[in-house]
Amino acid sequence: MTCIEPSPRPQNDGRRRFLSAGGRGALSAAAIGLLAGCDSLARAPAAQAAGQAANDAAILNAALGAEQEAIAAYQLGAESGLLQKPVLALAIAFQGHHREHADALAAAVSKLGGQPVAPLPSYDFPVARLNSQADVLAFAAGLEKGAVSAYLGAVPIFADRELSRVAASILGDEAMHWAVLRQALGEVPVPGAFVS
Amino acid sequence: MRIATLSALVLAACAIGRPAVAADGDPVRGAGIYQRCQACHSLDRNRSGPKHCGLFGRKAGSVPGYRYSKAMLRAGFVWDAASLDRFLANPMKAMPGTRMGYAGVRDPGERADLIAYLRVATAGPPDCP
Repeated sequence: MTCIEPSPRPQNDGRRRFLSAGGRGALSAAAIGLLAGCDSLARAPAAQAAGQAANDAAILNAALGAEQEAIAAYQLGAESGLLQKPVLALAIAFQGHHREHADALAAAVSKLGGQPVAPLPSYDFPVARLNSQADVLAFAAGLEKGAVSAYLGAVPIFADRELSRVAASILGDEAMHWAVLRQALGEVPVPGAFVS
Repeated sequence: MRIATLSALVLAACAIGRPAVAADGDPVRGAGIYQRCQACHSLDRNRSGPKHCGLFGRKAGSVPGYRYSKAMLRAGFVWDAASLDRFLANPMKAMPGTRMGYAGVRDPGERADLIAYLRVATAGPPDCP
């Protein structure tokens, strides 16, 4: 797979500034890696801490697998020729976020003594059903919604509460992606007061 | 799967006298709960989690082309309503070593709905062969 070019420098219009402003000042991958193992794991007895670290690493690896798939999915969308220019820029920006998430999660898994999962050699995307920009956006929205749910499921079960904070931070980003994609599809961007 | 399609399938299955869903689960509500699973799973495609088509009656850890954890390969049980209920309640506790790093569906009613959905949706068309 060839990587798409980095996100182009945003032009000087309000919408692009709005779309690109999020993420600045967020936790970096390195910072998140350093956070892993700094909270309750450090206070637990050694055997218990090892088990908790292994569990936390498994949760992080599950999230990492989903992030890697999202990176590949946005690559597919970007290379499909179906995305018009403003939407294409959005897809590239979102892919960059997922790449940052993946780097952060992999760093945290390593910090916990685990082995970060590798991306799959190939992804079985439903390409036959992706025939328009709307199809690609709907597919991406589904992935983002799934990611929101996955992080929501992960937040309460980390032994290391710092990792819960990291997961919540990523959850917020995924939820913003989901809302923007829904908006681009002409759907109500925020369909409810809660997510599940 | 669209909710309307799912509802029609459930009605059709009931009409021919075959129990289509778990006794106390609502597959239409379960379709909504299944969205949580779609971070990693799909009905018809292996993703970071294995596909779900043909789930009921399948030996755990046996989807072709999917790379399972050792824990799942050693599981030795068949997926049915009872085994799904146990596993989905808390996957990491039910099967230490699973790659399914997920809190689980803790609410028994939601699990029943999800299992009811899976029973219908994974059994055949429109989403499964």
